[in-house]
Amino acid sequence: MGMKLAKCFCRLSAALTCALLALTASAQSNLLNVSYDVARDFYKDYNPLFQKHWKALTGETIELRQSHAGSSKQVRAVADGLEADVVTMNQASDVDFLAEKGLVARDYAKRFPTNASPYTSTMVFIVRQGNPKALKDWSDVVKPGIQVILPHPKNTGNGRYTYLAAWGYALKQPGGNERTAQDFVSRLLKNAPLFAAGGRDATTTFMQRKIGDVLISFESEAELIAREFGKGEFEVVYPSWSILTEFPVAIIDKVVDKKGTRKQAQAYLDFLWSPTGQENAAQNYLRPRDAALLKKYAQQFPPIRTFTVDDTFGGWARAFPTHFKDGGTFDQIYQLK
Amino acid sequence: MPSTRPRPARVLPGFSLSLGCALVYLSLLVLLPLSGLGFKASHLSLAEFWEIATGERALASYRVTFGASLLAALINALFGLVVAWVLVRYSFPGKRLIDALVDLPFALPTAVAGITLATLYSSNGWIGRHAEAFGVKVAFTPLGIVVALTFIGLPFVVRTLQPVIEDIEPEVEEAAASLGASRLQTFLRVVFPGLLPALLTGFTLAFSRSIGEYGSVIFIAGNMPLISEITPLLIISKLEQYDVVGATALAVVMLLISFVLLLAVNTLQWWAANRHHGSARPKAGGKP
Repeated sequence: MGMKLAKCFCRLSAALTCALLALTASAQSNLLNVSYDVARDFYKDYNPLFQKHWKALTGETIELRQSHAGSSKQVRAVADGLEADVVTMNQASDVDFLAEKGLVARDYAKRFPTNASPYTSTMVFIVRQGNPKALKDWSDVVKPGIQVILPHPKNTGNGRYTYLAAWGYALKQPGGNERTAQDFVSRLLKNAPLFAAGGRDATTTFMQRKIGDVLISFESEAELIAREFGKGEFEVVYPSWSILTEFPVAIIDKVVDKKGTRKQAQAYLDFLWSPTGQENAAQNYLRPRDAALLKKYAQQFPPIRTFTVDDTFGGWARAFPTHFKDGGTFDQIYQLK
Repeated sequence: MPSTRPRPARVLPGFSLSLGCALVYLSLLVLLPLSGLGFKASHLSLAEFWEIATGERALASYRVTFGASLLAALINALFGLVVAWVLVRYSFPGKRLIDALVDLPFALPTAVAGITLATLYSSNGWIGRHAEAFGVKVAFTPLGIVVALTFIGLPFVVRTLQPVIEDIEPEVEEAAASLGASRLQTFLRVVFPGLLPALLTGFTLAFSRSIGEYGSVIFIAGNMPLISEITPLLIISKLEQYDVVGATALAVVMLLISFVLLLAVNTLQWWAANRHHGSARPKAGGKP
């Protein structure tokens, strides 16, 4: 019944949003891209670029629909029958879930270049103008008396990356091991006066409510903060080590085979790696995979040493249960008290 | 009593049809999802269920959720009564505006309410700044949860009480006064017993609404484990781990506690209503 309802809803919303186009819908193909919350701006720019490219290439007018919400809610909707042609997510564990359900190929990460992630970002510090507490690296942030703002490390993708970034930094220190890392992260969490509900809520708490000395967020978020609050309000600090955050994309095989849209879906995702797609990523403050482009935009993407979830934590399939499932290291930190 | 009375002829026919309608409607909307919940939770063994339901963080979250909800409902019972009384009994400029304001918490998206309240009550906010001067932190503490729940619960009490207060004629109070009752006596023995059942209903509605509230609370709670985590957040946390069964276990516990509490309040309400009638009837019959 859930499937039917989701289908109904899907069709209804399609009909409502483009009643006119629906009349000629049979003549053209359409794709539904189910994505995470803050990718809205990126795909708002990207979709017209692809439509133009596809029209020039094949003469076909393609209709592109977007759905944005919290990423784990989105993949659950897809698993429950929301007919997405492609998913564009911000964490591999969400796509892994779809692979487990048999909706996505198990080797989805190998179906596209660069780990199926067309762009990356990293976790950085956002501090008050002039950096009054002189916070330069993770070791400064965990000092007693520093207030750190971050989203809930267990329940949000943003918070999980922050958690793993600090963990990985501690591992990279001389004599670093799992024990010292857990101790380091527990000191970081002790400095958090609250856990924000999500990435944007953390930003609001830091920028608007003026709580905390440092906000830890995606590099791409810093630019959005500048647009919203003005550049003079804060500074971005790059720590000595941070985590490379990947944004995996995948085709929902079941749906594209049923709808006959595999060709379009493949092209839609492939185009993300094209010079146009890569440039669009850079313009949205996401680090392009293309080395030449990264150089061109070096001003906004200073070099930073990064590790990945795969090389330091054995992939999300291992990192998630170890750290964020019930009884994982996050829960342990709060049981030690 | 009703059984000895002759059955009054009904003006409108269709008892069986409307009852059927009501049952189908309730089954589809309430019973079916609830039994689905029970079914999902039954995938767990009793030991597993018990472990999830009585985990350290789960227990702390019940205390926060039910404690804050109870406190918020009590605050609303007191001040909601005052608001309802003022809105019914007095006329003053701007009364309609204030009356409309009462409904605002119904209509406002809860996330908007939560974000706004968090900004107002945080240590740099308009209200939080002054509270902090007295050493009271509101936003991002359990107190913040009470504030959010009080906000969303207010209309339930006011809207339940208003029609009942309208029904109490001022003549009753005048009669009490002319028979020598003091103001306090008039309120406590004449007005209040008539209000009590409606007040309990309003309290119950506000309380049960608060228990399930998620959207506004997470923005002001701070969400610190063992301190300010509400049970709905733990449920979401389970869902984030794709642990649907674990989430339903917590939901079932909440449902059971709520059910027992609501049953208790309803019994209290029934008792209040009967006591009122019980004490009124012998008087009418001419008690010696």
